[in-house]
Amino acid sequence: MDDKRQWPLFEVFIRARGGLDHKHVGSLHASDARMAVDHARDLYTRREEGVSIWVVPSAAITASDPAEAESLFEPAHDKIYRHPTFYDIPDEVKTL
Amino acid sequence: MSAAAANFARLLFRYVLRVGDLSLVLGQRLGEWVGHAPALEEDLGLANVALDLIGQARLLLAYAGELEGRERGEDEIAFLREQGEYLNPTLVEQPNGDFGQTIVRQVLIGAFQLELYERLANSADERLAAIAAKAVKETRYHLRYSSDWLARLGDGTAESHARVQSALERLWPYTTELFAEDDLDREMADCGIAPRLAEVRAAWSARIDTLLAEAALDRPRDRPYQWFGKRGEHSEHLGYILADMQYLQRTYPGARW
Repeated sequence: MDDKRQWPLFEVFIRARGGLDHKHVGSLHASDARMAVDHARDLYTRREEGVSIWVVPSAAITASDPAEAESLFEPAHDKIYRHPTFYDIPDEVKTL
Repeated sequence: MSAAAANFARLLFRYVLRVGDLSLVLGQRLGEWVGHAPALEEDLGLANVALDLIGQARLLLAYAGELEGRERGEDEIAFLREQGEYLNPTLVEQPNGDFGQTIVRQVLIGAFQLELYERLANSADERLAAIAAKAVKETRYHLRYSSDWLARLGDGTAESHARVQSALERLWPYTTELFAEDDLDREMADCGIAPRLAEVRAAWSARIDTLLAEAALDRPRDRPYQWFGKRGEHSEHLGYILADMQYLQRTYPGARW
């Protein structure tokens, strides 16, 4: 199938339950956003995986360039002091 | 059981079969798309609708079996009756045709099921009301799915428009039966179990007019000839569906896996 005959790609995000973030779960083809929501419902929520769906045209996503990964991410490797691990946690705090 | 009560249970049994067989045969028909739909996403979409319909049929036919009082379970009712004992409307046994024809059929029958289930949810029969209340949510989605497609195809290209308009002309005559009230429909309406079909027709008709307008399609004219699958008088297509559907149960009675 050439590109003209293939429906555009959409990325699908599902909120598992109230209070949680929408999480990326996959992608699908659809002719328009409404169809993408329907397809997402049928493909990704048939086992009660979610209570809310976002779809985003894949073409609308700007991604970082893998070729730049070194300069983008490696400088963080030796900045261990950026992790909040140098605090003494009081025993009373259970969930941190 | 008094004679009157027995007679009533027999009538209710037939009415529940009408509603249940509609879902059963339509679900079986729609299931033929699995592996053949125009896109993987549609394959799953159609299969989900088919499975919802089979689920409705299971609840309704299990209830029918209890009303009948002959110890027949949902499987026996679904798979071991003869053609004349199926009481689904003729529309739902019509072939899938192309994707457009399937969509037209799903819109026509989905709108009917929605109007019916919304009213059956208030049925005097509690069991039927509970089943309808569950089914109405599924059916609302089925109609959303099929009517969205109807608009895309009807208001799409010249080719897609011509195809769905011709499917509409072809299937329209089968809709008359849905609203042809007979003694059973009347009896059920009289005791508050089922809605009046004239009322269902008015609501269906208004809904269909809106959907056809959104899809830029012309409403066909009603024709006098009527089918009566709901009395067990079917088109030639049901036999083939049953041959497929009943093969396993008849070849390996009571098969389990």
